[in-house]
Amino acid sequence: MRDIIRNGAALIAAVGLLAACGERPPIETEQLGYRGTGMEQNVNPRIMAKMVAANQVGPVQPAADGSGPLASEVYQNVQVLKDLSVGEFTRVMLSMVDWVAPVGQKDCTYCHNSENYADESMYTYQVARRMLQMNRDINSGWKSHVGETGVTCHTCHRGQPVPPYVWFIDPGSGRENAFVGTRAGQNSAVTGLGITTIGHSSLPYDPYSPFLLGDMPIRVNGPTALPTGNRSSIQQAEWTYSLMVHMSDSLGVNCTYCHNSRAWASWEESRPQRSTAWYGIRMARALNNEYMVPLTDAFPQHRLGPKGDVAKVNCQTCHQGANKPYYGASMAKDYPELQGAKALPVAVPTDAAAAAAAPAATPDAAAPAAAAGAPMARAASERPGAAG
Amino acid sequence: MAEYQNLFTRVQVDAPHYPGVPHDPPGIWKRGVKASANYWLGKIGDAQIGPFYLGTTGVLSILFFIIAFEIVGLNMLASVNWNPLQFVRQLFWLALEPPAPEYGLRLPPLAHGGWWLMAGFFLTASVILWWFRTYMLARRLKLGTHTAWAFASAIWLFLVLGFIRPVLMGSWSEAVPFGIFAHLDWTAAFSLRYGNLLYNPFHALSIVFLYGSVLLFAMHAGTIMAVSRFGGEREVEQSLDRGTAAERAALFWRWTMGFNATMESVHRWAWWFAVLCTLTGGIGILLTGTVVDNWYLWAVKHGVAPAYPTTFEPLPDPATLPGAPQ
Repeated sequence: MRDIIRNGAALIAAVGLLAACGERPPIETEQLGYRGTGMEQNVNPRIMAKMVAANQVGPVQPAADGSGPLASEVYQNVQVLKDLSVGEFTRVMLSMVDWVAPVGQKDCTYCHNSENYADESMYTYQVARRMLQMNRDINSGWKSHVGETGVTCHTCHRGQPVPPYVWFIDPGSGRENAFVGTRAGQNSAVTGLGITTIGHSSLPYDPYSPFLLGDMPIRVNGPTALPTGNRSSIQQAEWTYSLMVHMSDSLGVNCTYCHNSRAWASWEESRPQRSTAWYGIRMARALNNEYMVPLTDAFPQHRLGPKGDVAKVNCQTCHQGANKPYYGASMAKDYPELQGAKALPVAVPTDAAAAAAAPAATPDAAAPAAAAGAPMARAASERPGAAG
Repeated sequence: MAEYQNLFTRVQVDAPHYPGVPHDPPGIWKRGVKASANYWLGKIGDAQIGPFYLGTTGVLSILFFIIAFEIVGLNMLASVNWNPLQFVRQLFWLALEPPAPEYGLRLPPLAHGGWWLMAGFFLTASVILWWFRTYMLARRLKLGTHTAWAFASAIWLFLVLGFIRPVLMGSWSEAVPFGIFAHLDWTAAFSLRYGNLLYNPFHALSIVFLYGSVLLFAMHAGTIMAVSRFGGEREVEQSLDRGTAAERAALFWRWTMGFNATMESVHRWAWWFAVLCTLTGGIGILLTGTVVDNWYLWAVKHGVAPAYPTTFEPLPDPATLPGAPQ
């Protein structure tokens, strides 16, 4: 009898310990690489079902007629979508109400002055215009990352005026110049913004500023077996590690989704997904520097971070825990309006910059460098940045 | 009485406290004589606590350890703005970081690595003083100095990690932070930076001796407890005058794996495995960055790392493609 009680107690304790591990089985393993290399993904179908349900494409307006007069000819002050017909233009506007305007104000007046729709005075109007340019730039100029799947406003916004996942520069712990107890941007369970650190780790908690705004080198491994001048520090490796954990977190994948963990740096042993991710880092950096940071002054104070900086994008902004946003479903394919600017069959507008850009653009241009459709899109080779 | 003769005894003997043999030379410190007994300690070991003997090295070692401990602890407490609740909650995350790489081997400001250097100095002094204490106590009790040399092997690894290698690399930033998660992050980052430490042969040896120590410990402890019903826990007697306990234990292992250590040699096995664990580990750390920069490439170069076929079509490094964004 004592044995039964003792064994029973041990069993209950063991089950309790297992339950405390957090994730209830089953955990399914999918092999991604050669046997024995440990390249595999762990997926819990129960959690995955929840994630899939939470990552469904947003409302899609019925397709619009592309013929008829251009919106820019009918409406005043159309600067970005001037290649669209009135029908297409209206479709995009209605979609943006669904995708971006806040609950309780799901109408045009979140961005427009209802007295005069061409009035630029609302900050939301100015930001939305720039975001449309960004959306087209992503779809036409960053096919290296988004492929033919593309993005819409909803990819990030998901029905909210501010996308659920954005980042601000970390204000630090306030002890940067203190006599004792400086944190060096790490070694804390919460960031200076008061949120949980990346992956609950004690790694540096703001890898976005150096890597997705600045261009601090990401690679820390040397190219030779013996030392030949690679002076990357271990602390630098921790920053890179932090960025990688952010990517893993944001995409809901293991390290081995891209890498062979025996040789992180080796491209020969990495899955092609790593290349997509590489462009993703450059894309996030470019979007932050070309679109978000220049908009800083447009935003009211309450939309800015504690350092007065604008909300910025990282991997999670689009991916939201999925390896591909919406698990690969393309919402943008239903929105030809949000691809690069269409080639205009009629006389182009008088704006000199648009006139220069428009003739080069075709909606189905495959090569990123050729698709200089949106006014802000530039050939990939011209993008600023540094080694990484 | 039969029960008492087993290691797992449910009987505790209450006898006058044993003050120990006189030590020689006596030294300038008066030896403690006070001792007490604790029933619960008696459950897992000898019930007698004390007498203590600290001596100069012991007292200084404890003092220096407390200084180092306070520097680390107060820095951690300060890093959560002196909030004791947050200190407890975030204890595993908090740390005292070594100086940033730009300071090299220079003396950084206190808040930017200076405290780390000080904590490291006092901790090292404390550990080395404790080593002297271990050595001297063994000598005074006319023991061999095996414990001191085994401890020295661990100190070797500690010194390589925190002092010798950083000095050779010309930067304090190469050293390990003081902190629970922080030192684990450092370990991961160290391997990431130097191209996968698992391809470092000395790291491999160190792991062999680490896991080997665990295995030997389990085998030895299991064997002795299994033969304690035959008096096998009297290992010294058994190694001089082999009895049925030693015979049965030896036969068990010969049946199991064709070979057995002896009552005496198993302790040499254990000692060497433990000593070699940190000795080889220290060599492996010392070579990393100083002699070898990328262990994976080193292993490829020397035919250690096998080439596996890929089940996918790898793409070239995008940074090397013409016109790539950088």
